[in-house]
Amino acid sequence: MPAVSKGDGMRGLAVFISDIRNCKSKEAEIKRINKELANIRSKFKGDKALDGYSKKKYVCKLLFIFLLGHDIDFGHMEAVNLLSSNKYTEKQIGYLFISVLVNSNSELIRLINNAIKNDLASRNPTFMCLALHCIANVGSREMGEAFAADIPRILVAGDSMDSVKQSAALCLLRLYKASPDLVPMGEWTARVVHLLNDQHMGVVTAAVSLITCLCKKNPDDFKTCISLAVSRLSRIVSSASTDLQDYTYYFVPAPWLSVKLLRLLQCYPPPEDAAVKGRLVECLETVLNKAQEPPKSKKVQHSNAKNAILFETISLIIHYDSEPNLLVRACNQLGQFLQHRETNLRYLALESMCMLASSEFSHEAVKTHIDTVINALKTERDVSVRQRAADLLYAMCDRSNAKQIVSEMLRYLETADYAIREEIVLKVAILAEKYAVDYSWYVDTILNLIRIAGDYVSEEVWYRVLQIVTNRDDVQGYAAKTVFEALQAPACHENMVKVGGYILGEFGNLIAGDPRSSPPVQFSLLHSKFHLCSVATRALLLSTYIKFINLFPETKATIQGVLRAGSQLRNADVELQQRAVEYLTLSSVASTDVLATVLEEMPPFPERESSILAKLKRKKGPGAGSALDDGRRDPSSNDINGGVEPTPSTVSTPSPSADLLGLRAAPPPAAPPAPASAGNLLVDVFSDGPPAQPSLGPTPEQAFLSELEPPAPESPMALLADPAPAADPGPEDIGPPIPEADDLLNKFVCKNNGVLFENQLLQIGVKSEFRQNLGRMYLFYGNKTSVQFQNFSPTVVHPGDLQTQLAVQTKRVAAQVDGGAQVQQVLNIECLRDFLTPPLLSVRFRYGGAPQSLTLKLPVTINKFFQPTEMAAQDFFQRWKQLSLPLQEAQKIFKANHPMDAEVTKAKLLGFGSALLDNVDPNPENFVGAGIIQTKALQVGCLLRLEPNAQAQMYRLTLRTSKEPVSRHLCELLAQQF
Amino acid sequence: MIKFFLMVNKQGQTRLSKYYEHVEINKRTLLETEVIKSCLSRSNEQCSFIEYKDFKLIYQQYAALFIVVGVNDTENEMAIYEFVHNFVEVLDEYFSRVIIHNGGICCYIFVHIHNVTI
Repeated sequence: MPAVSKGDGMRGLAVFISDIRNCKSKEAEIKRINKELANIRSKFKGDKALDGYSKKKYVCKLLFIFLLGHDIDFGHMEAVNLLSSNKYTEKQIGYLFISVLVNSNSELIRLINNAIKNDLASRNPTFMCLALHCIANVGSREMGEAFAADIPRILVAGDSMDSVKQSAALCLLRLYKASPDLVPMGEWTARVVHLLNDQHMGVVTAAVSLITCLCKKNPDDFKTCISLAVSRLSRIVSSASTDLQDYTYYFVPAPWLSVKLLRLLQCYPPPEDAAVKGRLVECLETVLNKAQEPPKSKKVQHSNAKNAILFETISLIIHYDSEPNLLVRACNQLGQFLQHRETNLRYLALESMCMLASSEFSHEAVKTHIDTVINALKTERDVSVRQRAADLLYAMCDRSNAKQIVSEMLRYLETADYAIREEIVLKVAILAEKYAVDYSWYVDTILNLIRIAGDYVSEEVWYRVLQIVTNRDDVQGYAAKTVFEALQAPACHENMVKVGGYILGEFGNLIAGDPRSSPPVQFSLLHSKFHLCSVATRALLLSTYIKFINLFPETKATIQGVLRAGSQLRNADVELQQRAVEYLTLSSVASTDVLATVLEEMPPFPERESSILAKLKRKKGPGAGSALDDGRRDPSSNDINGGVEPTPSTVSTPSPSADLLGLRAAPPPAAPPAPASAGNLLVDVFSDGPPAQPSLGPTPEQAFLSELEPPAPESPMALLADPAPAADPGPEDIGPPIPEADDLLNKFVCKNNGVLFENQLLQIGVKSEFRQNLGRMYLFYGNKTSVQFQNFSPTVVHPGDLQTQLAVQTKRVAAQVDGGAQVQQVLNIECLRDFLTPPLLSVRFRYGGAPQSLTLKLPVTINKFFQPTEMAAQDFFQRWKQLSLPLQEAQKIFKANHPMDAEVTKAKLLGFGSALLDNVDPNPENFVGAGIIQTKALQVGCLLRLEPNAQAQMYRLTLRTSKEPVSRHLCELLAQQF
Repeated sequence: MIKFFLMVNKQGQTRLSKYYEHVEINKRTLLETEVIKSCLSRSNEQCSFIEYKDFKLIYQQYAALFIVVGVNDTENEMAIYEFVHNFVEVLDEYFSRVIIHNGGICCYIFVHIHNVTI
């Protein structure tokens, strides 16, 4: 069969290849190739019809030239001709050429598909296999569309040869992975499962791969595979080392098939049938027993194959997590590997043991290996093994061994590779907090962390220690004393200065009794670091100083002197300058009482999930955050909707520097960022104050500013209390929307405020804000004439099903609008479920005796209920893949209607409501966003990607959401914006 | 699940590449360069598995030729590691030792005609 390598027929090819090899220079090679190309061209163009052999030879040469890196722009037709040859070697070269150099020339594709069709129907197994391989290698959607329906038939046909079945299974797998929608499920699925019983091991192996992939989408359809897989596995593991002949690899029977079967079983929970389960447990025990037997061969291949099965077995045992006996045996087995001389085995043992540590049955057993693991952390020469050891220590940590593990990890940190330091820091911080028995130990640990690896201590870590110290009064004195001592080191990390500054500002009074840490000493110690610090730290220290003035009146004069210094009052940095000016004035004008109130000790922070944990989860993706909620091998943990993303920690972690003054009574509730905030980027046509935001968590600045604003025209509560009945006139009462209603609506897709409509008589302005599934809209009707409008009545109408999707409460407005006057109407909007059409706004009035009526589309589109979601690239791609059903995706390619400016696009996307995710798309020109549409009934996770092509002035927009009509609708809405 | 299969020589030239998931052509070169760089920087004492971006690399070295397989994180490392060796043994048998030296075209043909999908 190896026709090419032996070169039996194609002397010309062999000569050509050796000519090329003998070329002394690149130029000579190119010359030789050009000569050959000219020769082939003339042969193909010549009058004399070429025989199959020559065609094959020339196509082969072209292929070789292509593989050397040269472009080939002819010969496709000859290759396609070869497909219909009856000689295997000719057909094979034809297919090879097509697989490597297929292009989307439609004429050729038709011919190729025709040839494939003939071969599939030929009943000649070698031809069928060639055709199947070609389909799989090309794997394009067109190929899938043409053949996806035929292949299952070939796969389960009783008269297909083994090799054909094998190829058909793999080909189908390939097509399914490329475009799952093209592979129809049907009665063949049941018969595919029965291939697990096939005589031919190759067929079984191919079938297991296919079933493992298919069953992830439709587990119930393939449920019967469990018992078949168990019995097949049982036959393999209990067979003697030579029973399976060709499928025995270094005395191990069918190692890869065993691994695949064990993996297939991990797609399901433990078998319900007791007999099946008994048989499976027996298998697993046999594998564990065999690991203890002396090896049948000294060759490394033998033990590698055996261990591959062993590790997969342990994976399955961990997946079931229900057999204490097996879990402990698995742990002991891995324990032996921890000291094995093969690095690979030590690595894998640490990795698997990490999973075992999270099972309640084996946690204790894992803990017995703590010394070995600590030793690995110290002595392993391979950083990836050390990292696994650190992971395992983290996973096996509990109250009993926390002190030992934390101190070992701290010691490791001093020599750890830079790449993993931040992760170790996060882990130490989490363990120290989680298992702290006394909080002085916790404070010591974190300060040690900052000392050893200050650069890698992220904000979350030092925010957290401040939160804990603030919330626990038993540790405040100790914390103050410890930071004071730590600050005495001649060089200390800036993070230490931050923590020190904050803690002394709050609790410095607790150690002020000791003359060694008297207030002036504390102040001069902090101030000695001041000039070496960054702006953010200096700002924090200034706040500490004003707190000192309250805590220690005796330092007032010194501190005022510092604040008054030109370097502060005239600092080039606005923040520092402002703080210095304000604090100086505050300290001079405020009475002691006022000062004491303003600068009171910070109230306790509300308890919440540690933001460090959230950070670690984000950093490592699902699975690495905490060993206890590790869902890595659990297929049921796939979160399709993406709706339960923890709120971003930037919001849930109040910045101590902002809070230090205690200007607000309590930190804001962990509210998601206001979806409307992006509207600020766009021109706000109204100047009368920002909309009231009663339920949003304002930032301190906003909260501060909002008190300066005049009160909103009406109290929001009053609006809710007395809504006018939403008396919708029947749709027959109102006219059709005006022709430009759609254009007007489109203007408001990405913004919330602006002029909705204007003619000679009337101007209608809109201001709106949306939060979660609720919204409030202010409509301003301005009479542009000097004559009063009579019977003025604006109403909102829900056409079609909209009534059940969107609730709009309107408040009645005065029936007369004086000339030049403006009236305001408030609409409360609740999104009940996803909707496609906006409600209509019908305005009727009499102007100078003549009835006027006007119907507009109310600018309420589904994207208004977007809540932006930040996520890491990895999460994004995982979700993106999960939303891969064809109906979940909507795509549009369209011409740009506006100049393509990245900043404008960004603003529009933010206005649209999605979060913009940086560093997700490998191409920085592209935009990637994510958000959740909040409705009362359900949440719809949305991912979007916008790919501008500046050259072509085109965009490609792709939307994936968990709900099919939403994808299409959002895609259409957004596409009109660019 | 296997994502890609590479044969790269010590000079960093790719002799064979087969992708089982779509990767754009221009990104392949970059990926291959980074992959071989991380393999070349390893010593014998280090394990044969490298965590790389969101997948794992499993490699074996045969004289001047590296065979590197990229897999997702649920794949069995040891099974793939040994699969690489099996693959080499099959090549060896099939081409009677000629080919490992040249690396190039014949492997390509081999992989294509046999649709090495696993």
